[in-house]
Amino acid sequence: MLEILQQPWPWYVSGAAIAFIMILLLFYGKSFGFSSNLRAMCSMAGAGKKVKFFDFDWRTQKWNLLFLLGAIIGGTIASTILRNDEPLALSASTIQDLKELGVAFDGQLNPSHIFGLEFATSFKGILVLLIGGLLVGFGSRYAGGCTSGHAISGLSNLQIPSLVAVIGFFIGGLAMTYFILPLIF
Amino acid sequence: MKGLKFILAGVIFGIIMAKSEAISWYRIQEMFRFQSFHMYGIIGTAVTLGVLAVFLIKKLGLRDTEGNPIVFLDKDKSWKKYILGGTIFGLGWALTGACPGPMFVNVGYGYFAMLIVIAGALGGTYLYGVIKDKLPH
Repeated sequence: MLEILQQPWPWYVSGAAIAFIMILLLFYGKSFGFSSNLRAMCSMAGAGKKVKFFDFDWRTQKWNLLFLLGAIIGGTIASTILRNDEPLALSASTIQDLKELGVAFDGQLNPSHIFGLEFATSFKGILVLLIGGLLVGFGSRYAGGCTSGHAISGLSNLQIPSLVAVIGFFIGGLAMTYFILPLIF
Repeated sequence: MKGLKFILAGVIFGIIMAKSEAISWYRIQEMFRFQSFHMYGIIGTAVTLGVLAVFLIKKLGLRDTEGNPIVFLDKDKSWKKYILGGTIFGLGWALTGACPGPMFVNVGYGYFAMLIVIAGALGGTYLYGVIKDKLPH
């Protein structure tokens, strides 16, 4: 059993498992949406005293913060008990494209070129990672949700606004991939 | 403890995200380059089953574990904030290879550089709160 779980999970198992989590949260009386945690964390840190947007009772999001805590633990379990050291089965054309971009494929989940100590502690590296995070945080709050809230929960409830948001995710993602990444790396 | 079930749900979510490789920067690049079905398969399966589940919950009027009816809130009818916010989000997603959930799963996995991304995401969320009223929605 453990050996099966250690293998990379096929897309249909993963997709079904994500739907299971969304449905589970519905039966717990909650709505699956991860980025709300970022707002709750700002509020926890006292941002509500200065900015009205954060002046709400973050305790209503306590369940979500516990979910976040669990997600971190889940990541640790995946990299220890469920670890698999086979190189990631990335498509050959992506490996080639990234090589041309200047990001060498190392078989890990994330490239050491970007997330390794050297880049992540350089001035440029910190700037790239900070700005990337800033765009995600700003954009998800502006759009009222991220991949979980819009692409999963919203589309499952046939929400047109969520479809618009997902189209936005792709406009931004494609612009970054094809036009901006070549300027950065 | 009442919160334990949420921690457990989060643990399962974290494991799924990591084992499906949805937390991988490489996989997100592969998705935005349309070079593999992997990420589309994951999201497509989740949404297909999700649509079915939401339909059944509404149709059968199912209740949650506390006995309350499960309600679905409609998103605000607007398009500016979704297209503009979504595009900004997409730029960051393709750059860091991580949306909010995977950022934290990656930290648990041992990618501590993601803490910088999280700091940025908190800053971005704060910035939105500050300039919210000046933005088109």
